[in-house]
Formats: sequence, structure tokens, C-alpha cells
Amino acid sequence: MARSKRKVPGLNASSTADISFILLIFFLVVTSMDTDTGLARRLPNPPDPNQEEEDVKVKGRNVLVVQVNMNNEISYYYGDQASRVFQANVQPSDLYTIAKEFIANPNNKANMPEFHPADPPLPLLGAYPVTKNHIISIQTDRTTKYDVYFQIQNELVRAYNDVRDEFALARFGKHYSDIVSESDEDLAVRGVYPMKISEAEPKQYGGN
Amino acid sequence: MPELNTSSLPDLIFSILFFFMIVTSMREVTLKVEFDVPSGTEIQKLEKKSLVSYIYIGPPTREYRAKLGTESRIQLNEDFAEVDAIHEYIIQERESMQERDKPFMKVSLKMDQNTQMGIVTDVKMALREAWALNIVYSATKRQ
Repeated sequence: MARSKRKVPGLNASSTADISFILLIFFLVVTSMDTDTGLARRLPNPPDPNQEEEDVKVKGRNVLVVQVNMNNEISYYYGDQASRVFQANVQPSDLYTIAKEFIANPNNKANMPEFHPADPPLPLLGAYPVTKNHIISIQTDRTTKYDVYFQIQNELVRAYNDVRDEFALARFGKHYSDIVSESDEDLAVRGVYPMKISEAEPKQYGGN
Repeated sequence: MPELNTSSLPDLIFSILFFFMIVTSMREVTLKVEFDVPSGTEIQKLEKKSLVSYIYIGPPTREYRAKLGTESRIQLNEDFAEVDAIHEYIIQERESMQERDKPFMKVSLKMDQNTQMGIVTDVKMALREAWALNIVYSATKRQ
């Protein structure tokens, strides 16, 4: 019995596009395109347990200490015992101003960081005098609010960025943000103003 | 005017669909802590998500409050954790990374503004001990 060849009716696929569109839109919505943003910092290496704790002697003029107490009040001081400048109850934005002056020490003040010729010599600049020994140290209480600490960090990083930017503009005629990272110019600018914000463990208050 | 042949349209859409299916990361953790990150001006974008591990710190969400109170807690992966657990967590995260990526590991600290510095410092010390030195204070951009 010969079966007559029957034609299979073509499946109507015109709605496949719509279905896949709906799926597509679902995935578009679900996909998280949000990128995380934040303030990048680098922690120091962990302390070596084999090594005797050695108090690194830092000259008073090279240190800017920012303190935040339990009431979230900010104060700072810098300079040697004799010429110490202490300022209490400051705003984070005041730290920006003082940090900028402290890092660059444009007037070569005696109670701000000393200059040393860069060693090894910097690319493009050679043995340029830099304030390489300076340190900005943030000391907090255990009950200090994290937001206050973050704002301080933010202002200090802003001070560094602006100091670097001004230097790059004066020396190389372009903004620091336009300089290719890891290029000679970048290394030179960073060599002149190395970012030295101490992330060290908090000290007990009242002592020293 | 000849009619446009749309028979390949579903295939086209499907390929876009597959692209998004692959790109989408479903590995979203359910947050058990609430956090409102601070805002700053010197904010940078975090590139390469595969290099980033997250630590969440903030007050527990409402359902856990009765048990845990409103003090800031640490969340690693899916669960609450203590500071001691961070070392183990970092080692695990590092193990799951590709060899060439390991030196570039970053830890994003998503912390609530009102967290006290004590816990933050402890976490930072733990990260130092675990040699996870590249950290990011997660924050939003402010003008």
C-alpha cells in the first residue's frame, strides 16, 4: 500500500523572535553592569616575627600626624618638639590644605619635610631633591566612625593628586591624569611625590 | 516592494541572548548586612572583577537583628564571620584564582559609614597577615 507523500506543514516560527527578545531583555536587566568603585590603597607588608622590633627613628619634621578621637574630632601636628605646630578641631578639607603644603614644602620650612636628592636618580629628572622621608600617619580611636577616617583618606589622596598634577603641569606641560601610567613621566612625578600615608596599626592614645 | 526576509532574525537574537547569558554572573551573594558606603572625590573604578574579593561590614539586616543586635558585623561569602576567619577566606579566594592573577588580587571593603574603626583596623591587620595588601575602600563618587 503505497502511502501518498504528504507535505509536512511548515511550523510557524514568526514568534520565535519575540520569545527570544523577551529572554534577551530579561538577561539585559539581570546582568549587573555596575562596576565597583572605591579608593584604592596598599597596606604595608606584615611585620616579620623573626625580626626584632626596631623603632624606626623618624625625624619629627618629617611626620604629619592626623589624630581622630572617639568624638570624631580631627587634630593634626607636625614638626620637631621645638617648632611643633598643633591644630585641633579641624575639618577634613583643612587637612587637604596642610597636607599639600607638607608634602611639597614649597617654602622649605624647617618644621616640614627635608629634601634629599633622589636616589636612585629619577627618570627624566635625575637627582631631583625630594621629600622622600615624609610620612603622613593617621591615628584613630577604636570608636572613631569609619566615614570620618574615609574622608581623611580621601582628602589626603586629593592633596597628593593635586600636588602631582601641578608638578606634571609645570614640568611636562600636561595633567597628571593624561600621563600614561608606568611611563617615564609617571615614574618621575611619583618619584618626586611618593604617596606615604601610613596605614599602620593604631596607637594607644594618651601614651607616648 | 519585495518583502524583507526575517527568517534569520531569531537566530540573530539568539546569539545576542547567548552572549548575555554567558556574560551574566549569577554569583551574587545574598547580603546579610546593610551598608551605606561613604562617598569621596578621588574615586577610581575597579576593573577586572575576577581579581576582586569582597568583605562586607555593616549592621545585620532586619531579620538577624533580634539575634545579633545592630552592631556592625563582618560577612564573608554567604555568612557572618569573625575577624579570625578572614585569613582562611583570603587563602580560599586566592586558591580559586588563576596563577598569573594571584599577585594582583584585590580586596574590596564594602563597609558602612557608621562602622567603628576598631573593626576596620582588625580587618586590615588580618588582611596584612594574609598578604592581601591591595585593598579598596568601596565608595561612591561625589562631585
